[in-house]
Amino acid sequence: MSNILSAGTPAPEFTLHVTPDQMLSLKELRGRPVILAFYPADWSPVCGDQMALYNEILPEFHRFNAELMGISVDGVWCHAAFSRDRKLHFPLLADFEPKGAVSKLYGAFRDGEGISERALFVIDKKGTITWSYVSPIAVNPGADGILEALESLPK
Amino acid sequence: MATLKVPVGPADHSQGPADAPVTLVEYGDYECSHCGHAYPIIKALQKKLGKQLRFVFRDFPLREIHPNAEVAAETAEFAATHGKFWDMHDLIFENQNSLSEQMLEELAHRLTLDRQALRDALRSGTFAERVQGDFSSGVRSGVNGTPTFFINSQRHDGDFELETLLQVIQKMIHGHK
Repeated sequence: MSNILSAGTPAPEFTLHVTPDQMLSLKELRGRPVILAFYPADWSPVCGDQMALYNEILPEFHRFNAELMGISVDGVWCHAAFSRDRKLHFPLLADFEPKGAVSKLYGAFRDGEGISERALFVIDKKGTITWSYVSPIAVNPGADGILEALESLPK
Repeated sequence: MATLKVPVGPADHSQGPADAPVTLVEYGDYECSHCGHAYPIIKALQKKLGKQLRFVFRDFPLREIHPNAEVAAETAEFAATHGKFWDMHDLIFENQNSLSEQMLEELAHRLTLDRQALRDALRSGTFAERVQGDFSSGVRSGVNGTPTFFINSQRHDGDFELETLLQVIQKMIHGHK
């Protein structure tokens, strides 16, 4: 498993496509907590895959004023189709070109397979990572760790 | 390791003795095909283990992808207030492929429950809070899809075929003695 960036580390800045014609930079979200959820790929063949699950839990994240971003190496068009199919109400970022560059910055890239880990980061409103977790690739992490991390952020 | 954050209590729907050596908690969604797959497996498990197993079902409707999951969960809760939770639970899973509000009313009727009372309860969201309570406890406990099982409060991350569950549970029963 990868050595992902740990709590206390400033979250590396990045700018990625969030839709085919829109970019999003991490720094635009400064001022509120951010949840970065790296995941291996769109279209895992199960109900309640990780992104669909987080979509259901979104109201609980919003109680903390937190912004959730999914990130994988899939391209923008793939993300758009996946997002529409699963009715996702949060953005998916395309870590597509150069492939996996942001995943690598966070230590969440699986060399050889060329995909992101199932890695979670909670970043505080000043841009510092306060919690991170990497799950075995076959195990969907739930949201329990994320919610605990959001709860322990200073108000 | 994810653990059950809200212990099993009197408000839960359970089958089997409270002092069974193993308690299996399922967070499930009535419209989820994987939960439908698990349904006969749980039945077989209960048959095999008898009094050694307590089974608890909690609602975890994935409302965005399953449009009937919430009403199905609320219908089971409605039946519970008439002492018929498990009858409804079974009927819903056995008719999972044709789930709709009309079908749920039909099932209620079959259990001699009042259709209109069910309709009113669904309209006014009488049981929405109860279902949401289960959902939130699942989120807190690390539910990571449906179904998610907790065996003696530990999340079970393996598959949920009969052999696998039996093996894990039997190991716990022997450890318990």
